[in-house]
Amino acid sequence: MMSLRQFAKHLVVLVGLTALPMLSTAGDLGPVPPKAKMNASDTTKCVEPIGDMRKNHMEFLKHKRDETMREGVRTKTHSLVECIDCHVTPNDKGEFARIGDDEHFCSSCHNYAAVNVDCFDCHSDLPQGAATKNPHLNKLTAGGTK
Amino acid sequence: MSPNNSENKTDQYRRKFLSQSAAVAGLAIAPGLVLNQVAHAKSDSDKASSANRWGILIDTNKCNKGCTDCVTACKTENGWGSVDGKASSETHSSKEQQAQWIRKVTITDKQTGHVQSLPLMCQHCETAPCVDVCPTGASMKREDGIVQVDKHICIGCRYCMMACPYKARSFIHEKLELQKATAPRGIGTVESCNMCAHRVDKDQNPACVEACTKAEHSAMIFGDLKDANSAISIELKKHGGEQIRADLGLNTGVRYQGL
Repeated sequence: MMSLRQFAKHLVVLVGLTALPMLSTAGDLGPVPPKAKMNASDTTKCVEPIGDMRKNHMEFLKHKRDETMREGVRTKTHSLVECIDCHVTPNDKGEFARIGDDEHFCSSCHNYAAVNVDCFDCHSDLPQGAATKNPHLNKLTAGGTK
Repeated sequence: MSPNNSENKTDQYRRKFLSQSAAVAGLAIAPGLVLNQVAHAKSDSDKASSANRWGILIDTNKCNKGCTDCVTACKTENGWGSVDGKASSETHSSKEQQAQWIRKVTITDKQTGHVQSLPLMCQHCETAPCVDVCPTGASMKREDGIVQVDKHICIGCRYCMMACPYKARSFIHEKLELQKATAPRGIGTVESCNMCAHRVDKDQNPACVEACTKAEHSAMIFGDLKDANSAISIELKKHGGEQIRADLGLNTGVRYQGL
């Protein structure tokens, strides 16, 4: 029969072993998307709850694109242009990350998850007006590093 | 007075009452209708409606031969081609391949030597050949008659370019960036004039029409062909307007005068 002291010793080893994998992955924090320009409202951060956006943003965008493109509905909620305007922000030097850069809002997750998007074959990856205001644009036109 | 006669009188009275009340009702409705037309407002959440059919009427006699303001305005609004002598973003395409949403065409009558100049773009046909032939449904006509390409589902087969009798469409051969938010366009898709749908949805005139009016040529009128009181309908009723290749029976939304 195991004494109390022996049991405690085993427990410590067990806990230690369980914690090991956690320690080994502690360096990988996952994607770090840049902060949005502002909250959508006083009570909501984004136009939908953040968990919902993370899981379903593609569905919202797809629904909105058909409404706008085919039916002429021009509301701003769920519009890709509004996402870009709020979420793609310049860094301290006033430079904008381009699609493909880890620092770009969309790419920060999409690079991590290795999911390609073709939205930006046609849509601009920068907020409107950012291109003309940005003195560093020529350095950035390579279209991202990945 | 016979009972028959009094019945008739009752009928007459009823008829008179009904016709008078109908007149009153007519008066009550009319200001509402007028208000509706003046406000004309489509809110952002409203869908394009089949109650409208947008069209453009172009008077070739007023169109200035050397003027390309409509083309420049379209380029600036939708971000295609070269503006102010700057190189086009489509550097790898030949001149024939490059985007051409709207172009100026000069016609010379060989017999009389009469030269005419006119802008030519998508004619926004009611029975559009480009919509007929599209295998994916990308080439489409909105409820309000605007013909356009849904680039989300365009596979770039270019059947519509072959089908269009007006050569109004072009294909993008190369990777583009920093497009206008209101006019997304990219590699592997076909594009053409969409009558500035984003402006029409905000009750504005298309960029070409606005530029023509601004240049004081006023050769282009934009409006609702289904509204008998719109400027375009009144002008069409008064002086008529021709379709290019009317023999094809496409019932185009863009009409010309003085051809």
